[in-house]
Amino acid sequence: MARTAEQVEREATPTPARGPRRRLSDRDGFLAWAFLLPSVVYIVALVAVPFFLAIAFSFSDVTSGDPSFDWGGLRNYQRIFDDPVFWRSLRNTFVFTAVSMALIVVFGKILANILVADFRGKWLVRFLVLLPWTTPVALSTIAWLWLLDSIFSPIDWALRQAGFIDGNVYWLGRPGLAMASVIAVHVWRLVPLAAVIMMAGLVAIPREIDEAAQVDGAGFWRRMFEMKIPLTLPVVAVAALFGAIFTFTDMTVVYVLTRGGPTNSTQTLSSWAFFRGIEGGDVAQGAAVALFLFPLLLAAAIAILRAVRRMEVM
Amino acid sequence: MALSAVEHPADIERLRRQVARRHIAARTGLYLAAIGAASLAAGPFLWSAITAFKQNGDLYNAANNPFLYNRPATSDHVGYLFTDTTFPTFAWNTLWVGTLVVLITLALGLPAAYSLARLDRPWGTSMGVAIFLVYLVPPSLLFLPLSRIVAAAGLQDSTWSLVLVYPTITIPVSVWLLMGFLKGIPRDIEEQAMVDGYSRLGAFVRTVVPLAFPGIVAVVVFAFVLTASEFIYALAFISPTSEKVISTGVPTELVRGDVFFWQSLQAATVLVAVPIAIVFNLFLDRFIAGFTMGAVKG
Repeated sequence: MARTAEQVEREATPTPARGPRRRLSDRDGFLAWAFLLPSVVYIVALVAVPFFLAIAFSFSDVTSGDPSFDWGGLRNYQRIFDDPVFWRSLRNTFVFTAVSMALIVVFGKILANILVADFRGKWLVRFLVLLPWTTPVALSTIAWLWLLDSIFSPIDWALRQAGFIDGNVYWLGRPGLAMASVIAVHVWRLVPLAAVIMMAGLVAIPREIDEAAQVDGAGFWRRMFEMKIPLTLPVVAVAALFGAIFTFTDMTVVYVLTRGGPTNSTQTLSSWAFFRGIEGGDVAQGAAVALFLFPLLLAAAIAILRAVRRMEVM
Repeated sequence: MALSAVEHPADIERLRRQVARRHIAARTGLYLAAIGAASLAAGPFLWSAITAFKQNGDLYNAANNPFLYNRPATSDHVGYLFTDTTFPTFAWNTLWVGTLVVLITLALGLPAAYSLARLDRPWGTSMGVAIFLVYLVPPSLLFLPLSRIVAAAGLQDSTWSLVLVYPTITIPVSVWLLMGFLKGIPRDIEEQAMVDGYSRLGAFVRTVVPLAFPGIVAVVVFAFVLTASEFIYALAFISPTSEKVISTGVPTELVRGDVFFWQSLQAATVLVAVPIAIVFNLFLDRFIAGFTMGAVKG
């Protein structure tokens, strides 16, 4: 940094900005590239290259024990297609994403409406509400792991006191409940993010429109459904897609909460790729599994771009 | 309808009471909704905080009311976290990895953002969007090839692997945020600096960077939180305990055999969650401003 400052000092000696000898540091075209290139190179080297490497790995026999690259053809794909766990993971991934996305949009919308209102103690509510999103996922999932403990879950205790159950629910021990728990954690942690995105959209609605609708006699629900929701639809779409992408590609919740169990009933593509590729050491097969995330990601990214474009048109 | 009813005083009175009733109902509903949302969101953490101070005999008795202290509260387990576990090591690793990653991110991201926001290249906007979309490329797609790259670079099982890889997550978001903040700075100021004899580069260093300082602080916070939260890369690249960071160390290492020691585990969760949330809240409005400004044509 100090050296740059010196250089700047030297260049700061009065020179006409538009002389015949324009310095490199004055040429926008050169600077634009020089400034941008380091970031682009970094991202290409550590995002684009690994991505193509993942595709290459999926056609190979690379393992963590034997990292030499040998062509394996479609063998990995054949093996995962024959594997019922893969199909289960694929299905779970879609179920988790679809259900979470719907719930995230509904609750996010409600939360956004609460957060734009004015009331006492708002800073405290905002702080508490944002906790699930700002906390590292791995840690907040630990809080849930304890909340859903097989013996000491306080939810079980409350249900026992109310007389609904006798023993324990075993939230994470039964396939259906384990799936519901994973979805609950996803919804819980992503609703604040969705709410913040939608809040930005709600604030952007010009006040006059709302007031005009009020003067015309439109009630709360009518203004909500006929004005606010249509106007903020692109923002809602963006929030929904972010929620979908983060649920779709996440493995932390599954890894910490259920480790894919019981008997792979909560396994997702990401977690399965991790268990195969890192813990099982079969890099090639893990890479092939993870690649199935890509088509949906691409679709989501295109959908986000379209929604954003619609916002700009408005 | 409301306007035509204002003819008689009695009607006005009735209308006023109706409005007042509705107002009270709306306020009550709002407060109930706010309290409900806050307790749903913070509930698991509250449970963690209660747990952290419980004695074993109190905690591991399924008949006890789990929300109360049936025996006196104790801070032994919180102390244990710092004296007898590797938590301080994890915290230290997270801290220095985060700091280095933030520095790399700023060194690369700030010029890139300036280039996209100000230097008026025809490809500026689309390049900005392209860089932002990289943020959506998930670690779960890349961790396997990256683990081979990290191994080839000799960084496996070293925290340096995270210093190398995390900027790929932080740079895209930071460039987008910084673009937003830079667009908020009036062009006249740097043009004035250039009229005064500074080069474009000089104007950038001398006027733009200081003016963007509040935005830069926001980016520092955001990037740091992103690195502290990352899980998959940290789990895939590093297995020795001494090199782990908080997000992987706490879930995988604070376990004795097959027994979790829950109080210390929950204390760790709350101790990490609360400071991050406080800092995040301070900067939330600025984050929103940065993200939305990035989309505005500059």
